[in-house]
Amino acid sequence: MSAEEKSMSIIVTKGSLDWAYPPFILATTAAAMGLPVTMFFTFYGLPLLLKNLKLQVTAAGNPAMKMPMMGMHMGLPNLLTAIPGVDAGCSVMMKNLIKKKGVASIEELREMAVEAEVRMIACQMTMDLFEYDKADMIDGIDIGGAATYIECATQADINLFI
Amino acid sequence: MADVTLDAKGLNCPLPILKARKALKEVPDNGTLEILATDPGSVADFEAFCRQTGNELLEHSENDGIYQFLIKKSA
Repeated sequence: MSAEEKSMSIIVTKGSLDWAYPPFILATTAAAMGLPVTMFFTFYGLPLLLKNLKLQVTAAGNPAMKMPMMGMHMGLPNLLTAIPGVDAGCSVMMKNLIKKKGVASIEELREMAVEAEVRMIACQMTMDLFEYDKADMIDGIDIGGAATYIECATQADINLFI
Repeated sequence: MADVTLDAKGLNCPLPILKARKALKEVPDNGTLEILATDPGSVADFEAFCRQTGNELLEHSENDGIYQFLIKKSA
């Protein structure tokens, strides 16, 4: 089986710290395994292309989120997740865990994706909608729309929506 | 003795694979890359990596929580 014959595309629709991991892990790993990879960043996934990432986890909407604490796994009751500062606190905990367990940061994975020549497409419509400027995005990205993605997807063996 | 040795101890998925890919670029064709890792998932991952990329996993072993892999770079 020749790796060169396979390729992958990923639609990236979510931009919180936890949701940023799957697309960047899979994109960098696929590229390392010889697959050409295209990532299409749309809606809340688009800010993952900003030069300065300020990623947070959101406890609300992730009711199964539990963190290892004091030898057990602790979650937050849904009501508490609405309190200001809770997301920031959870994000600090998550980033500490990430560092402690030798997990790459999103910044690091994104840099490796760029190095591995993963093609990154920013959704033009999302840029207009949420008023993002290409100047605020990392270098080397393409701008495109649904047709740009579909053309790429028709040629890819693996198409993921995350 | 491997041509290049990569210390990936303490790193978690997918870093050992990503760093191995980079390290392989320094290895001459038919040369070998030794990888040391502590991620238990790296065993299955390096097997899959080698199957997909056509490089040969010559051997792998585990000693006291350290996984050692020897990969031969295909020409």
